Amino acid sequence: MSAILSVEHVGVRFGGLVAIADLHFDVHAGEIVSLIGPNGAGKTTAFNVMTGFLKPSQGDVRFRGTSLRDRPPHAITRLGLARTFQRTSVFPDDTVFDNVMIGLHQMGAASGRVPFLDALLGRSGAGERQLRVRAEALLDWVGLAARAYEKAGGLAYGEQRLVGVALALATEPAMLLLDEPVSGMNASETRVFVRLIRQIRERGITILLVEHDMPMVMEVSDRIVVLNYGRLIAEGPPDRIRTDPAVIEAYLGQGSAARQAAAAVQEAAHA
Amino acid sequence: MNRLLLLALLAGLGVLPLALGANPYLLNALIVTGILTIGAMSLNLLLGFTGQLSLGHIAFFGIGAYVSALTSLGFDVDLGFGLRVVHEPWPAAVGLLLATVAAGGCGYLIGRLSFRVRGAYFVIVTISFAEVVRLVALNWVELTQGPLALTNIPAITLGLPGLGMWTLKTKLQNYYLVLAVGTLCYGVIARLIGGRFGRAMRGLKENESLALSVGINATRTLTVVAVISAAMAGAAGSLYAHYLRIIDPDVFLFATTVTMVIMVVAGGKGTLIGPVVGGLLFGLLPVALRPVMAPEAQWIVYGLVLIVILFVMPRGIVPGLSALLGRRQAQSVPALEANPAVQR
Repeated sequence: MSAILSVEHVGVRFGGLVAIADLHFDVHAGEIVSLIGPNGAGKTTAFNVMTGFLKPSQGDVRFRGTSLRDRPPHAITRLGLARTFQRTSVFPDDTVFDNVMIGLHQMGAASGRVPFLDALLGRSGAGERQLRVRAEALLDWVGLAARAYEKAGGLAYGEQRLVGVALALATEPAMLLLDEPVSGMNASETRVFVRLIRQIRERGITILLVEHDMPMVMEVSDRIVVLNYGRLIAEGPPDRIRTDPAVIEAYLGQGSAARQAAAAVQEAAHA
Repeated sequence: MNRLLLLALLAGLGVLPLALGANPYLLNALIVTGILTIGAMSLNLLLGFTGQLSLGHIAFFGIGAYVSALTSLGFDVDLGFGLRVVHEPWPAAVGLLLATVAAGGCGYLIGRLSFRVRGAYFVIVTISFAEVVRLVALNWVELTQGPLALTNIPAITLGLPGLGMWTLKTKLQNYYLVLAVGTLCYGVIARLIGGRFGRAMRGLKENESLALSVGINATRTLTVVAVISAAMAGAAGSLYAHYLRIIDPDVFLFATTVTMVIMVVAGGKGTLIGPVVGGLLFGLLPVALRPVMAPEAQWIVYGLVLIVILFVMPRGIVPGLSALLGRRQAQSVPALEANPAVQR
């Protein structure tokens, strides 16, 4: 099994604040890996480094052997590494269908390298039809066909997430990074989403996800990487992570207010 | 249906001068309005479709005017260090071409310079650029005659060798030239925003991070838009110079940029026809008001009209009207049929 993505000793500092320190892990082709950790652990920062939105202070990220250092986000996407966003995952003023058409941007590039000349000369005619067929197929696949002609900004939260996934898939990625994809979804939406993640993997796409929903993470992941205060504190399959003392401490804190509160509640229940 | 409406508008503008008869005052107002409308269309390409406000848009217009005028007048300038540049007059049509290219080139520089930072910075860079260019035009007297103005600019001559040549001296001829260039610019913009390139622009405007993440190159896309926008403004400036046949540094007045912004915003930024509607309205409003009130009062009405439009239709006339029409249609047609997804 070869690593498709290697995070190599990445460190990120914002002034004096260390957001990530010496983060080092691999994701293998075909895996579903989750990146978890308490709030502020540096998960989204790590995502931003991997996708070129943030330059690491040290270290490097390699994707299929290529260094991502000094590559802007759009160039990284073209290498086959796509992502979704935590909050705003759609182009709000366009229809869902047009969202996916925008997402198919690089697919249109096959017809010519100069999009604005294509536009002027009307060279995009045949390619346009193909793109439309593709967009429809993609919307069908993620289950948004019925919403195709609604404004994306007016959709329910969970559906906007699906649009975000469709947009990322439109770039034909080899690997997909999902930033808290099920936050704000109800239980049944989450179940549907887990099925979708598995289907994406079946298409041969490697998945790395950041998520707070622990049951979902435990269910879907092959492997889990745990961060706390910007450091990697544990790594392994879900069963091992569930019982790892360092992870439990990170989430509940030793002798922390949360743990005392939990104990107090238990005592009260016994009494 | 939309296309029909457009053709009707074009046909209407085509026969308008015939309907007006030989009224030089009205024809002049129409020509200047047409030229400013082309400027507004080019501004809309940046402001409406990418969200970047160029408050120095008049710089490209003025550069086009001066480049075109100097190309067709010729000049003899001492650059110092014993360098002397002499340029013999070329045909005015070549001036129009060079004006487009030169303004486009300036658009490229400004785009490259400022799209790394965007937003407010772009506004500031464009304002400063316009001011610098104005000062050059004002003070480089040897080249531009400064405040004395460039005079005797030749009219544009069109034609093919062997077929005959026409020098566009009359107002009527200039009217049709402006209409033709305006239609061409409209066509170019419509083509641009209709396809893949237009989607990239919309994506960047609505959600830049997301657009980057689907592989859209922001700097390149915005720079291309800036070049095309500036080139169109330059062409408009050239038409202006060869129509008025005299230009001075006042073509760089900030107020003209503001007029263009008003045309775009009132008509509906980010719509194709918006700047045309806004341009015709605000370009011809003074003509309509002139018989009934003094110039000072006209300005007040001008402002009032703008406020009322934006109060009633905050997104501009065209989006406002189409929303109104859409609502009426939705009322008469059952909601299910209006939704193509359900239809299928």
